[in-house]
Amino acid sequence: MPGRVSITRRRLLASAAAGASGLAAPAIVYAQGGGARAALKVGVLLPKSGFEASIGQDCQRGIDIAPGILKSLGLPELAIINADTESNVDVAREHAEKLINDGAQILIGAFDSGQTTAIAQVAEQKGVPFVINIAAAPEITEQGYKFVFRNFPTAQMLLGSSFANQLELFEIVGSAPKTVVFMHVNDTFGTAMAKGINAVMPKFNVPYKVVDEIAYDPTARDLSVEVAKAKGAGADALLVVSRLNDAMQITRELVKQRWTPQAILSMGPGWYEDQYLKTLGKLSNGPISFVPFEDPNKKLSKVLQAELAKAYPGINLSTNHVYTFEALLIAADAYKRAGSSDPKALADAIRATNITDNVSIGPGIQFNAKGQNDKLKNGTIQNRAAKLVTLAPKDAANAKPEWPMAAYQNRV
Amino acid sequence: MGIDVYLNVAVAGILTGLVYGLMALGLSVIFGVVRVVNFAHGEMMSIAMFLTIVLFTALHLDPLVMLVPVAAVLFVFGYALQVGLINPFIGRPEHSQFLLLVAIGLIIVNVLLIVFGPDARTVQTSYAFDSFQIGALIIDATKLYAGTAAIVVAALLFAFFRFAPLGKAIRACADNYVGALVVGLDVKRLYALTFGIGAACVGAAGVMMTLIVDVTPMIGPAYTLLAFVIVITGGLGSMAGALLGGLLIGATEALAGLLFTPSAKSMFAFAILVVVLLFRPQGILGKRSIG
Repeated sequence: MPGRVSITRRRLLASAAAGASGLAAPAIVYAQGGGARAALKVGVLLPKSGFEASIGQDCQRGIDIAPGILKSLGLPELAIINADTESNVDVAREHAEKLINDGAQILIGAFDSGQTTAIAQVAEQKGVPFVINIAAAPEITEQGYKFVFRNFPTAQMLLGSSFANQLELFEIVGSAPKTVVFMHVNDTFGTAMAKGINAVMPKFNVPYKVVDEIAYDPTARDLSVEVAKAKGAGADALLVVSRLNDAMQITRELVKQRWTPQAILSMGPGWYEDQYLKTLGKLSNGPISFVPFEDPNKKLSKVLQAELAKAYPGINLSTNHVYTFEALLIAADAYKRAGSSDPKALADAIRATNITDNVSIGPGIQFNAKGQNDKLKNGTIQNRAAKLVTLAPKDAANAKPEWPMAAYQNRV
Repeated sequence: MGIDVYLNVAVAGILTGLVYGLMALGLSVIFGVVRVVNFAHGEMMSIAMFLTIVLFTALHLDPLVMLVPVAAVLFVFGYALQVGLINPFIGRPEHSQFLLLVAIGLIIVNVLLIVFGPDARTVQTSYAFDSFQIGALIIDATKLYAGTAAIVVAALLFAFFRFAPLGKAIRACADNYVGALVVGLDVKRLYALTFGIGAACVGAAGVMMTLIVDVTPMIGPAYTLLAFVIVITGGLGSMAGALLGGLLIGATEALAGLLFTPSAKSMFAFAILVVVLLFRPQGILGKRSIG
C-alpha cells in the first residue's frame, strides 16, 4: 500500500538505537569537552620558602586537595606546575616568566601583594591570564590590566568589611574598646591597609580612637620594642595587620611584658593560621580576625573541609585554603566554558565567570570590568582551643564571642 | 609614655646587645689574628642555632646546658674550616678570601634549607614566657639568661687571651707574624685554633640567640651584616670594642625604635656606623693603622 510505513522488528530496533545515540550525543560531546580535553597547564606561584613560607605552604594545601573536588564537579583536568617565589618580589617575577616559557597557560598566586604585583606585570605583558588567590593591594586591579583577575578583597574592601564586622561584634558583646594601638607590617599589604584605614574608618563611626600607629619590618627578629611602645600607649585594645611570624612574636612579647589587651583585633593574616594555633597552644586563644573566610553553610565548604581533613588531618580550614582552591575553581570553570586554552578565550571566559556554588562568604564569584570580585564579604572569627569559630555574619556564626580576652598570665 | 617604658626597653636592648657583642667578638678575634674577614659568620651562627633546636627537640636539653657542647662542635668546625679551606687562601688576594667565605656562607644556608626546610623554628623552654618584675621594671627571663651567659663567655675569653700560654701565643701571632715564626710558633696551627675559638664564640652566641629569636635557615646573612656593623663600630680586631659595639647597637636599636619608628630601628644602627667611620675610622676602641 503506497504511503504506508511498515514497521518491522529490525527497523524498530534500528530506530531505537539511533534515538538512543541521539540522546547520548550531548553527553559524549560534554565528556570530550571536559574530561578528554588536554589538561590546562596552571602555573602556581606561592612563597614556600622565606619569611612567608608557612603561609605559602598552607596555600599549597588548597592546591593539593583541589583535583578530586574539581573532578567531582565535572570540571576539566588541570596540570599544576608549582613554583616557589621565596617570599621575594624579584624571584616571583623570574618564576612567572619561566612558568610562561615552560608552557603555563594560566597563572595563580601569590599570597603577597608585592610578589603578586610583579607577577601581574609579567602576565599582562605576555598576555597570559593570572588569577590572584590572595593579595589585597588595591592598585593591582587599578592598572587597566586585561589578563589579571582577583577573587580576594582589596585593602579598602577588607577594611570596610572589617569595620562593619567590628561594629557587629561590639553590638553582640555589648562593649567596645575606647582606644586602640594600630600595629602593622610595613610591606606592600600592611602599608596599603594603613593608608586605607584613614580613608575608610571615618565612614563607620567606630567607637574607638587610634592612639598610636606602630609600623614594623615583617622580617624583624625581635618585636619587644614595638610591643613595649604599644603597651606604653595605654590603649584598651590592639588593632593589627600582621603576617605569621610577627603575630607569634607579638604574642610572646605580650606574655613576657605582662599585658593582655581587652581584645586583639586582626585585619590580616597571621593570628588564625594553623601554625600560630599549634605553636602557641593555650596562648593562641582569644584574638579575633576579620578576614575573608569560608561560609560554613555552603555545600562546597563542607566538601572542601572533608577533603582537607582527609588529606591533612588536624589542619583547620583557613582563608589560605579557601581562596587558593577558589582560584583553581575559577581556572577550571573558565577552561570548561572557553573550550580552549587560548589565552584570550580563557581571559574572556574568566571575565564572564558566575560561580554561585563556591566556598567563600558572599554571593559568589563574579568579576567587574577591572577584573575584581567586588562582592566578597569578611567573616569574624576567633581562636578557641586550637580551633577557629565564626562569630559573624549571623547566618554563618557558630559561636558567641569570648570577650574580653582571658589574661595571658593565667594561662602560662 | 612613662619612664618605666624607656627603662624596660633600654634594659632589653642592653641584654640583646650583650649577645650581639659575643657574636661579634668571634668575628673580631678571627680578623685580629688571622686577618681574614669571616663573611660566613652569621651563617656559622645559624648552624649553632639549628644544632640547639635539634638537640632540644630530640633530647629536651635546655639551651643553656647545650652552650658548651655546641660551642665545642663549632670550634671543631671552625678549626677544620681553617685547616682545610682557609689556610691555603691566607697569602692570596683579599677578594679570593671574600669569595671563598661568601661561598661557604651560601652553602651553609642552602644545606640548612634542604635539611630543615624554610619554616621558622623555636625552642619552647619552661621559662620561654617568664619575666622578672622589679618595681616597674620587667625583665625578659630569656634575655637575662642569654645576656648573663654572654658576659661569662666573654670574660673567659678575655682571661684565656690574657693569662693562658696558648692565648699569649695567639696574641703574639696577631702582633707580629714574622716574629712569631722566628720564635718557633706553629702559626698555621695557631690560626686554626683562633678560627676555632672565633667559631666557638659565635656558636655560644647562636645557642643563646635561639632563646630570643625564631630561627630560619635564611637568618645567617642578616647576622653577618650585623656582626660587621658592630665590629667596625667597636673597632675591627678589638675584643673590648666588639662587646662595646654590641651593647651600643643593641641599646640604640631598642631606644631608636621607641623614640622614632620601630621599622627604622636598623637605620639608626647604620647611622652610628656612618658617624664612627666619619670621625673615628678605626672604630671606637680600634687602633689606628700605621703606614
